[in-house]
Amino acid sequence: MDFFSTLPLELMAASVAKTLFLVFLVVLPLVSYTVYAERRVSALIQDRLGPNRTGFPTSLLGFQKDLQLFLGGLGQPVADAMKFMLKEEFTPGHVNHFYFWLAPVLAMVPALSTLAVIPFGNFMFGHKMVVADVNVGILYVFAIASIGVYGIVIAGWASNSKYPFLGGIRASSQMISYELSLGLSAVPVLLIIGNLNLSDAIQYQVNNGWLLLPFTDGKLTAREMLLWIPLMISFVVFTISMFAETNRLPFDLPESETELVAGYHTEYSAMKFALFFLGEYAAMIAGSSLIVVLFLGGWHLPLLPINDIESSMTLSGSILGLVHITTFFAKVACILIFFIWVRWTLPRFRFDQLMKLGWLYLFEIALVNIFITAGILAATK
Amino acid sequence: MAYTVRRPNLTFWEKLYIPNIIAGLLITLKHLKKMLNGETKVIMQYPEEKWDSQLPEYYRGAPTLVKDDHDRERCVSCQLCEFICPPRAITITPGELTSESKFAKVEKAPKEFLIDMTRCIYCGLCEEVCPEQAIYLRKDYAITGENRAEMVHDKVKLYELGGVMHGLVHKWNPDK
Amino acid sequence: MSPILFWILTILMLSFGASVVINRNPVASALSLVASFLCLASLFVGLDAFFIGVIQVLVYAGAVMVLFLFIIMLLDLKAENRRHFNKGALAGGALVTVGFVSQFLRVLESFKAGSKPFPALGAARIEDVRSVGNALFTDFTLPFQVVGVLVLVATIGVIVLSRRELK
Repeated sequence: MDFFSTLPLELMAASVAKTLFLVFLVVLPLVSYTVYAERRVSALIQDRLGPNRTGFPTSLLGFQKDLQLFLGGLGQPVADAMKFMLKEEFTPGHVNHFYFWLAPVLAMVPALSTLAVIPFGNFMFGHKMVVADVNVGILYVFAIASIGVYGIVIAGWASNSKYPFLGGIRASSQMISYELSLGLSAVPVLLIIGNLNLSDAIQYQVNNGWLLLPFTDGKLTAREMLLWIPLMISFVVFTISMFAETNRLPFDLPESETELVAGYHTEYSAMKFALFFLGEYAAMIAGSSLIVVLFLGGWHLPLLPINDIESSMTLSGSILGLVHITTFFAKVACILIFFIWVRWTLPRFRFDQLMKLGWLYLFEIALVNIFITAGILAATK
Repeated sequence: MAYTVRRPNLTFWEKLYIPNIIAGLLITLKHLKKMLNGETKVIMQYPEEKWDSQLPEYYRGAPTLVKDDHDRERCVSCQLCEFICPPRAITITPGELTSESKFAKVEKAPKEFLIDMTRCIYCGLCEEVCPEQAIYLRKDYAITGENRAEMVHDKVKLYELGGVMHGLVHKWNPDK
Repeated sequence: MSPILFWILTILMLSFGASVVINRNPVASALSLVASFLCLASLFVGLDAFFIGVIQVLVYAGAVMVLFLFIIMLLDLKAENRRHFNKGALAGGALVTVGFVSQFLRVLESFKAGSKPFPALGAARIEDVRSVGNALFTDFTLPFQVVGVLVLVATIGVIVLSRRELK
């Protein structure tokens, strides 16, 4: 069956609308406010205040003072973006120009592309809230995430100087190593759900309780209790590998600022640097979304009614749809806060420790975990 | 010489790492909660609250020129500070005293004295080298300007910042 | 798949493939190969073979080529840039290419079933992962296991060889 030519115009328009909504109205603001949260939470953890002054510059419009919302500093991301855009775009003379310009794009695009298969809501206006409801959802995420390493590697190589190069080398070996444990730790989930489609994963959790909290459907069977153990292990391994995949502390070896200046983006400035920055946070959001979808029930909230394709056309149904979307991103925000919290608690690993953890522990644990899950599934069939 | 560091023998519980990671997370959470409740108070809201009254005597702020008790310029434009200045922030145009001054035949004074504050690194070498104790690092630290020209302090500005310095200075004072 | 899209992707894929050979810079060659793989994957997706397309990206573009790039980046690229074309090797390569293409065209000509359009698939979601898995674990169990053992042997061989070099 033709894939591209037979798509009805309405479906195409809906896809474009969903993409625009997801990227420009949700993810990019979420990225910039994650950066703000990062600065603010890190400051609070370290007994500082962080950026608490930048309001929205209403004084430019003739008001007496800038508008300060409840915590203050909420205008900071806007100011940051302005700064990035207005700064001098400096390209050092010794770089490989084409690849130097290509690398930031390659860092940003895969991070945003992974969001295409993430179901961020149930139904709205008769459409499923996922841009591409493909059957290989989770494999697609892993595939595109593995493309993400090129941006970093090329940045390190094209910068033609030693620190970025070391950063690029570290990034490639780290990401290859942790892709294994990331993929393998997701397998128990897929075994239980019996499908690779992410919408189906959520549907399963709506019917049987979230995988990490199996009592959310109101009952806890013996089988769920048994499966809880491998799922817990799987969740921990998956989360740790996700930290490594997104180059977050304690695994931020590619850009470890105390060793490598700034790692792979040492030579970058202004908007090109901002693209790396945004790419990193967008990858974090994609990773958190995946954790939410696989383990925490996606957009589902217990005790809340669920709309379907017909009722989503009505007013109450669309309100419910909005609630589902909000729930999803609230969960994602919680995971993001957790990412930030961990970053400002743990010190960085040494590179050999990182490799040892990946290859000698997480990989084996994930592998054994698959067999445990399969055994439990076969025994309780 | 290479020597080996004795690593502590960890118990299984410690080797798991996860309990310790959770303990660490709880510590940072405690700090965060205290900060949110306003229990921690280590912060000075800078532009509103300032530390000026507690600046020590030896604080190195902006370099300035000073006059003596009789409202005479101490600087004799020997240009030692200009030579010693590591970032070459100081530019002196030497000049004569006006002929009606009774010191006209004895001393000299700078015609123009420029300190580029975009270059100054507040090292205090000019103060150290000055044989006439004419240049001092005062306590002004918030030196701002809207353009580069504004950041170059000329003689008028330097005397305005410096004011009058009474008596001998520490380095020649045997008591201090 | 719409013919326009097919031609765009095919032309992109082939030109990237050509640039793998033409480029003097090994990193550029490797990246062209990645781009070529991505175009191939999109061709698969266009034919509704999502699984194959995604595996193409995951295995080749995402893992194998990253390792390639990893090694290439550690090479001395300046020496590579200075190397000249070997005329004999060039002629040999051209000969092989011409021979292969002519063989390929002959095979295509005699393969009558290939000229017919493929019957349209049903509109329902195709469980391609499931069918691939079923085929692997029912009809082709033995070949699958043999390939697995072969890969294992290769892995162990690589480890043994690299160990020996270290000594």
